[in-house]
Amino acid sequence: MADTPNTVSLTIDGHEVTVPKGTTLLEAAKTIGEDVPHYCYHPGLSAPAMCRLCLVEVEGAPKPMPSCVTTAADGQVVHTQSDLALSRRRGVLEFYLVNHPLDCPICDQSGECKLQDYVHQEGRDHGRSREPKRVFGRDDFGGDVLFYGDRCVMCTRCVRFMTEMEQDSRLTVVERGNRSVIDTFFEEGLEGTNWSGNIVDICPVGALVSKDFLHKARAWDLEHTPSICPSCSQGCNISLHTRDNLVQRLKPRENMEVNGWWMCDHGRANYEWMNHGQRLEAPLVRTEDAVRAMGWKEAVGALLDRAETTSGSVKAVVSPFASNEDLAAVRSLVDALGGGSMVYRMARADAEVPMDGFPILARRRDLAPNGRGAEIMGASRVGDDDGVGGLDDVAGHDGVVIVLGDPLVDQDASFGQSASLFAYLGMHGSPATGAADFSLPITNFAEQEGTFTNHEGRVQRFWPGLRGPGAAQPAWFVLGAFQAARSGDPAPRSAADAFAALAASEPALAGMTYDDLGARGAVLNETVSVPGG
Amino acid sequence: MAYPYVSDREVRVLSKNFGDPSARRLDTYVERGGYSALKKAFELGPDGVVDVVKASGLRGRGGAGFPTGVKWSFMPKDSNKPHYLLCNADESEPGTFKDRELIRWDPHQLIEGVLIGAYAIRAEHAYIYCRGEFFETTQVLARALEEAYEKGYVGKDIQGSGVDIDITVHLGAGAYICGEETGLMNSLEGQRGQPRIKPPFPAAVGAFGMPSTINNVETLAAIPHIVAHGGEWYRQWGTEKSPGTKLFCVSGHVNKPGNYELPLGFPLMDLIEDVCGGMRDGKALKAVIPGGSSVPILNAAECAACSLDYEGVVEAGSMLGCASVIVMDENTDIVKQVRRMVQFYAHESCGQCTPCREGTAWMTKILQRIEDGRGTEDDLQTLLDMGVQMTGTTICVLSDSAAAPVESSILKFKDEYLALIRRGERVGAA
Repeated sequence: MADTPNTVSLTIDGHEVTVPKGTTLLEAAKTIGEDVPHYCYHPGLSAPAMCRLCLVEVEGAPKPMPSCVTTAADGQVVHTQSDLALSRRRGVLEFYLVNHPLDCPICDQSGECKLQDYVHQEGRDHGRSREPKRVFGRDDFGGDVLFYGDRCVMCTRCVRFMTEMEQDSRLTVVERGNRSVIDTFFEEGLEGTNWSGNIVDICPVGALVSKDFLHKARAWDLEHTPSICPSCSQGCNISLHTRDNLVQRLKPRENMEVNGWWMCDHGRANYEWMNHGQRLEAPLVRTEDAVRAMGWKEAVGALLDRAETTSGSVKAVVSPFASNEDLAAVRSLVDALGGGSMVYRMARADAEVPMDGFPILARRRDLAPNGRGAEIMGASRVGDDDGVGGLDDVAGHDGVVIVLGDPLVDQDASFGQSASLFAYLGMHGSPATGAADFSLPITNFAEQEGTFTNHEGRVQRFWPGLRGPGAAQPAWFVLGAFQAARSGDPAPRSAADAFAALAASEPALAGMTYDDLGARGAVLNETVSVPGG
Repeated sequence: MAYPYVSDREVRVLSKNFGDPSARRLDTYVERGGYSALKKAFELGPDGVVDVVKASGLRGRGGAGFPTGVKWSFMPKDSNKPHYLLCNADESEPGTFKDRELIRWDPHQLIEGVLIGAYAIRAEHAYIYCRGEFFETTQVLARALEEAYEKGYVGKDIQGSGVDIDITVHLGAGAYICGEETGLMNSLEGQRGQPRIKPPFPAAVGAFGMPSTINNVETLAAIPHIVAHGGEWYRQWGTEKSPGTKLFCVSGHVNKPGNYELPLGFPLMDLIEDVCGGMRDGKALKAVIPGGSSVPILNAAECAACSLDYEGVVEAGSMLGCASVIVMDENTDIVKQVRRMVQFYAHESCGQCTPCREGTAWMTKILQRIEDGRGTEDDLQTLLDMGVQMTGTTICVLSDSAAAPVESSILKFKDEYLALIRRGERVGAA
């Protein structure tokens, strides 16, 4: 590989490595798949080089060097696995265990604990300490954070996160030597902060744990599914951690273009609704004498029959929680039934909550993941900042009324009673859906595959972490089957098919493919004028 | 003069005013030739001063022994940032008590040295960081500084030279680690007193993020004499590689403990037997810690041939450090002494680096257990292993310092450890 002035070439564990100037040895080692053990270093924070666990041997250096702050230099020969490097790291790991309580059986971090991992990876088989252990006990830090002082490895990531990222120095190290302990300044602790949940994520051990998740599940029982946080239009990349078909917690997933390693406390805590038990589980169709549960084939057949005989313009209410594919399916249904209007409602916060240390990240005012997507599909926003109202002309409409996802909580039983056809595709019934001719159960975002478009026009994929209830299906699937039956064209068989059809028909998404989006997303075509942009 | 003890073998250059309270007054100091070196320094110019100090071969008296003139020459010459001179008066190494005496008997000697040093590195502001416990000492210094400001020796346009140098005296809060140069800078800035990672070195990024030089009190106190008389003059004492005089703080089981200013290269046994009047109560010598508690212990045999200069002490198996000579007689319980020292380091560890934070405390517990007669022979190997893991693995050398007496005492006085372990008894304990 030809060197340019902006790179340096060095040898790590016998491999020639070329990295940009200024790269640390720890990051350079990652390029050959070597993850040098470390605690205090976190790529998003300053590096105090104090845990001393990332020591490696650099030929010519008088002593082992901390790889997290030693920058790669031309011609350097680095050994991460030499006797010297391994022996010093084994020494540091032994020191960690002198006072660590080894309460793994009751520790939430167990299974995803870096102390467990590293000691198993390269620590001693047996500890030699025979001395009584130091005891700090537990402390409620406020917010969702509980502190187990005895488990702490004193890496100070949490202190630096609060100082450098949230920029609200609520934590500090008090005392010194091995009496050092993380503490809060005042009684309120972390109460009232907006991002402190992240310190639980970056704590490499079980010292900082989530009260919400406390003793709820073992790490090895959780399935991790890449997803997008639905709580605002930032579109933070997250993982759904699920067990027994229930979301147990949400964790941020790294994406430097969107959220770095972080997510806000509001989004992190807002997941119980995904586990909501009261759901529509079977298509409900109003026949002459009663509302009857049907299979999908029969229900779609009934809808086809009704569609032949209905009259009047179409008014659709969609949800900014619906995927791009679902919204596109509603739009083509509206078009197929003779055209009409699409509106959506979305709660909006008074102000953004920025993360000062990572300026592209904020909890946005729009409290839904896909308002931008709804705008692109031609829907316009109605209602107030609480996400209610604005449906007066829909409620009494005498043509076709289609509702996707919006549970109509502010409407009463008269909603849609004058409609020639009222189709409700949703997760929950409500008094206002009582008049629906068709109540069709659909999945929520956690139960299906799809894409959201965030506030800056980044289209991002999410994957299903839960099984939908009963017969619930994604809206694109249901409406796709309906359209296929009407037109004779093939129905979309996957979310990828649905997205491909959308990319083919919507200029803003032209050229995007599902595969290209991958787990990182892609930005809308900027040359195209985007509604709502 | 009756300053606690004096010896006719001393060469009293820096300590000539010890015991004479009148020397604290500016007019006495000036009468005796004080502040004339400052005037000469202004004539030599900053680079001229650095050259004189380089020629003298003066080495840092804080413990590391780095050549002072060379250190000064690391300061950037063409930066547009403010430079700072920091005077380390945090004297906290157990066994050391020379800086305190230099400040309280001869504060103007230090102030003049600080002014010359600041001038040489093109600093317009110098800080004297005093150990938190030095309350009375700091008052003496602050009074002298006030007088120097009044008489125009410090501040704007010093003595009509056009040179501006301010000096601030800062009292620490009493932490050993704030005597480490970068820990001192953090403390001075109002941060936690924790050493910083080097690089960057202080000459590039020091106090307040600016180029800084930090010198020990004794180093700066020697500067006026060197500038006044020249580099060659200073070399009349000491050895080729360790020129000049040095204050030796002798404590422990000798008849006349105290501060003695001697030429470097002075024989250790002469210091004990002659200068300090021999061992107390005629007891036999067991061990000496020659450079403050951070350096390896010497046994009696090693002491015999030891000459007190930077190279000589290394040859004997230890380090000169800050020349704090702790003398122990035959009745000394080595295990207890070592445990006491390590306990000090465990108490003073700042807690950043794992090997130091955990290692010092763990070592203390093991040593305490051995002392209490509950040790095992495996403990000695564990302690030696820990010593290896604590040396060269941390940001500063506190960890190395704690390991040094443990390792050296186990190697040199293993019998005492084994006796405690096997019989649960202390050797030599009265």
